[in-house]
Order: sequence, then structure tokens, then C-alpha cells
Amino acid sequence: MLRYVFRRLLTAIPTLFVIVTMAFFLMRVAPGGPFNQERGLSPEIKANLEAQFGLNDPLWLQFVHYLGNLLRGNFGPSYNMPDFTVTELFAKGLPISVQLGASALILALLLGSMLGTIAALNQNKLGDYTVIALATAGSTIPTFVIAPVIQLLFGLTWKLLPIGGWGDGAFINKVGPVLTLALPQIAIVARLMRGSMIESLRSHHIRTARALGLSDWSVVVKHALRGAILPIVSFTGPAAAALLTGSVIVETIFSIPGVGRYFVDAALNRDYTLVMGTVVVIAIFTIVFNLIVDVMYAVVDPRVRYD
Amino acid sequence: MTDITATAPAIIGRSLWGDAWARLKANRAAMFSLYYVAAIAFISVFGPSFVPHQYTTIYADYVRMPPSLSAYPKAEMIETALSEAIRRMRVDIKEWRQEGSQVFVTVKSTKPIDDRNIRYLDRSDAFDGTSIESKSPDGLEVTMSASIKQQYFLFGTDNTGRDLLSRTLMAGRISLAIGLLAGVVAVVIGVIYGAAAGFAGGKVDEVMMRIVDVLYSLPFIFFVIMLVVFFGRNFVLMFLAVGAVLWLDMARIVRGQALSIRRQEYVQAAEAMGVGQRGILLRHVIPNLLGPVVIYMTLLVPQVIILESFLSFLGLGIQEPMTSWGVLISVGAKNIGTANWLLLFPAFFLVSTLFALNFVGDGLRDALDPRDR
Repeated sequence: MLRYVFRRLLTAIPTLFVIVTMAFFLMRVAPGGPFNQERGLSPEIKANLEAQFGLNDPLWLQFVHYLGNLLRGNFGPSYNMPDFTVTELFAKGLPISVQLGASALILALLLGSMLGTIAALNQNKLGDYTVIALATAGSTIPTFVIAPVIQLLFGLTWKLLPIGGWGDGAFINKVGPVLTLALPQIAIVARLMRGSMIESLRSHHIRTARALGLSDWSVVVKHALRGAILPIVSFTGPAAAALLTGSVIVETIFSIPGVGRYFVDAALNRDYTLVMGTVVVIAIFTIVFNLIVDVMYAVVDPRVRYD
Repeated sequence: MTDITATAPAIIGRSLWGDAWARLKANRAAMFSLYYVAAIAFISVFGPSFVPHQYTTIYADYVRMPPSLSAYPKAEMIETALSEAIRRMRVDIKEWRQEGSQVFVTVKSTKPIDDRNIRYLDRSDAFDGTSIESKSPDGLEVTMSASIKQQYFLFGTDNTGRDLLSRTLMAGRISLAIGLLAGVVAVVIGVIYGAAAGFAGGKVDEVMMRIVDVLYSLPFIFFVIMLVVFFGRNFVLMFLAVGAVLWLDMARIVRGQALSIRRQEYVQAAEAMGVGQRGILLRHVIPNLLGPVVIYMTLLVPQVIILESFLSFLGLGIQEPMTSWGVLISVGAKNIGTANWLLLFPAFFLVSTLFALNFVGDGLRDALDPRDR
């Protein structure tokens, strides 16, 4: 197992390299530069700024420099927020995004698998149809509609939640964003769980367990669940990577100072280092969570072995 | 090598498509959704020509009017509109009264009043057909009459006083057109690429699919934003580009299908009978590919619409005064506290259309799924 993990981490290096290279050069061939927007920047100052950040070097040299810094864990300074390094920006925003994302993920996994199981146990009955309807709604309604509707209902009409803001991480401020993030995921998990649970309930060992006179509860929780959980595990990898690295929409609508907005703002301002930093962080999250998921397979399903 | 599970022995007397259509017709949710999408498309394409307001016309007197089934101006708004117009004439109201759909107003001033002043009343969004009824001999007092211009804003008006109904319909036109455009681009690229990889097989297939894998591993939003950066805010170019990003899934699906179809017994039989590559492609492969392609396309269109709305929401997509559902929703989201109809109407149109498209896609999948026969 350890050898497998080690090998996977080794193969992650070329993947990461390809991603970094593509992102770097794509970003650089885009017209404009980080210091083009500011009006009234005299050519001399602009030239000085560009010289300071090494933007006049040949592109390959800049790339080598960047890779060198990256290997030493240095993401470089942010061009558009000169007071901060990219590392500092992430240190500030990432904990916030991770908190929201992790809460949403846990909520989605718990609630989603519960709803999915209920639907599977009541297949083609009212409970099933209700869950299917909810799941369809959850996966069709886009986040940028859910978020303002939550603000409108809970914030303005019923005055239960603040409309936005982080409030230093007060619980009440997290409810809206977490709900918005979780709803589509709940829908996906419920659908996956329903499908795999129906299949799992049809398998021979469940029939045996029932024949032995085990209670419904014990059949479902101890035996069927274990067989049904694999699709959920594989869903969790990419979902965790996406949720924990922040959502532009949710963070914009609820005014959350997370990392979700960095990417869009940085790309538009040609803040090269911040864009690259975001790409690297997202890639690392994706790689790590996919690895965790693959390891989890072996834990959940003893038939899966890595040698 | 023999894999018979995926073959679709056609029911005698009914073609694949006739059969699929019969199944689709039996699916009430899918049929209703199909009609709904058709209706939305119809009113989006033709509606804006029938709504009395242009989607760009600004009614300065009707900013942020709530939706209403009765005509504007409301009774209590007449006086405000009237005094506003009179104030612009730089004269004072002496008295005014309303008779049916006419208003009569007498104004006075310390200087003789120019007849041309009445145009100020016409300029107001609430009145038209102003004429001078009587004039005092010294010209210091004038009585004017004007008819009240009845206007309907069924969905209300937006922050700059534009009719939300015509804007929502116009937005539907753009959103649906973009969904279709980018969908078609993605399908065309995906089918060609995937079919090529699936047919070539071997090393070529390997390389082509590794390229797809690499493109997959880049964050999707990164791609889209880079395209926005490259193509600027020209929306046609941009959505061609977005379509060009969305082909990855299509390519994978088509390649898988092509690989499996190539190994089917009926293809081998055709080869044995001496049918050429071209014949096999046209007669056997393409018809069997079409099912998944059609299904995927119906599911792709809502994805593109969401993507467009998402970009417009971030301010990267459609630019004012042109509009799309995403633009309207983003404006609505910023005004939920004071003008919630700005969010609710476009959101309803978008969400219901997405729902319907998804149901149509699911219905098509059930109708075309050969395993279910």
C-alpha cells in the first residue's frame, strides 16, 4: 500500500509539471500584462516595475525562474496586490474556503447518502419520487440562482441569516454559503446512493442476511451500505478538490474573503503569479484527493488491492 | 471478442428512430418538456417583436416599477409625472384635473409662456398628444391638455427603466442561441475527434486520448477564462471557443462507441461481405453513434446555458445593453433587497428551461437506449 502511494505521488510530478507549463505559457501568450491596466503609469515606471519582477527576461528564463521558485515553495509576489506574496494571500483565504467547503462536503455526504438510502428502500413509492424530484431540482438549479434565493428568503424575508459577510467565521454567517455549496452536491450524492443502494440490496449476501432474519436496520447499515458506498467514495475525490478550493459564485454573492475569487480576478488582471498559484493549488488538491480516494477504495472494498 | 449485449436488433417494421419516437411519445414528462422548450424558444424568438417595448428603451419615469397587470402610470403617479414635466418647463402649476384618460393642466408664469414648452409634457413617459387648450391674453397663463399614455410592464422594469418582459425574452433568445451554437460546435469537434481516434485505434488512439486527458486535468474554468482573455468580449467568438472546450466528453463517448461498434458482429459480417470502409461508416457506424450523440447534445445545451450565465454573472459574458439570462440574474442578485422581481422572473425562465431540457435528455436516453428494448 505504501509503495502504491509513493508511486502515485511520483507520477503526480510529471502531471503537475505539464499543468504548470501549460498554464504558464497560456497565460503569457494572452494579450496584455499585469501593469497595463493602471492608467497614468508612466512608461519609465512601468519599465522599472517590469524589470523588478523580471518580466523583460526571455520567456523561457522566466519559466525556469518560476519553476525554481516553485520547487522551493515560493509562489512569488502578487503583481496586483503588491503588499502580499501569493503564499500570504492563500494563507489568508484558503482556511476560509476550506472551512466552508469541508462543511458543505460533510453535509452533502451525510444528507445525500441518507436521502439516497431512503429512496432506495422505498423504490417507486412516494419517498423515492420525492427524493428524485429534490435531486433533479438540486442538480438543475445553478448556484447563482440558489444563492440569491437563499439570501432573499432567509436573509430578507424571514431575517434568520445575515445576507452576507464572513463575520470572523461566526456560525450564522456560514449557514447560507454552506447550504448553497452543499445543495447541488446533496443532489448528486442522493442520486448515486440511490442507484448503488438498489443494486446492493439485490445482491446475494443481502438476501442471505435477510434470510438469516437480520433486522432491516442491520441489513442496510451493516451490509448493504458497505457495498453501496463505492460510487460515493469516487465522487468525493473531485468534489472535495472543487469544494475546498472555493467557489467564485458563492464567495462573490455572500461576500466571503476566500480564495474562490482569486482565480478570476487574477486572470483578468494578468496577475501571473496569482493565477499560477491558484492553478498549482487546485492541481495539488485534485491529485491528493484522488489519491486519498483510491486508497479509500482498498479500505472500503477488500477486493480492491494495490500491489 | 463476441459482445452481443449492445447490439440492437431492430424490431421488424419499425426503424430505430420510429421506435425511439414512439417511446418518447409515451413518456409524458419528456413530451411536456419538449413542448415547453419549444414554447420558450418560440416566445423568445418572436416575442420581442410583439412586446410593445424595445429591450433597450429606457423609460426614465418608470425606473424599478414592480410587475403589474394594470397599466402604468398608476393614479398616484400622474401628479408626480405632471409636476416633474411642469418643473422642466420652468413654470408653476396653477391647477390640474383628470377627465378619463385626459389631463388638463393650467400653468402660470411671470414671463409669457412659449408654446413650444408643451413638448416637455410629451417628453414625459406618462403623457402624449399634448395640445394647447386656451391661453390667457397676456400669455402668462396656458391651459394644456394631454392624454395619459397607458403602458403595461407585466414583469416590471429594471434599474434604468427598461421593460423586464422584453429583456427576459431577448435574453432567452441569446441564451438558447448560445446553448445551441456552442453545443453544435462541441458535438462536431467531439464526434470527428472521437470517431477518428476510435477508428484509427492503436498508437494514434493512444496519443489522441492522452491529449484529451491532459486537457481534462487543467481546471475547466481556467480554460474558459483564458478564452475570454483571448477573444475579448465578442460573444460569438467566445462561445465558439467555449464549444471548442466542451468537446472533451463528447470525444470520449464517441470514441468508446466507435471502438465497440467496430468490434460488433454485424460490422464483421459487413466486412466479410465486402462492404467498403465508407459503406460501413455510413450504414453501420454513424447510425449507431447517433443515439448517444443526440442524448449528449440535449444534455450539453443546458450545460452551455449554465456556463454562459455563469460567465455573464461574473461580467465576462454578454455585455450591456445586450442581455442574457445570466446577465439579468446577476443584476437581480444585486437588487434582491429592493426589487426582487429582477431576480425572480429571469431565474424562473432559466431554471424551468434547464429542467425541461434535462427531462427531454432523460427521455431521449430512455427512448434510444438499446439495452432497454
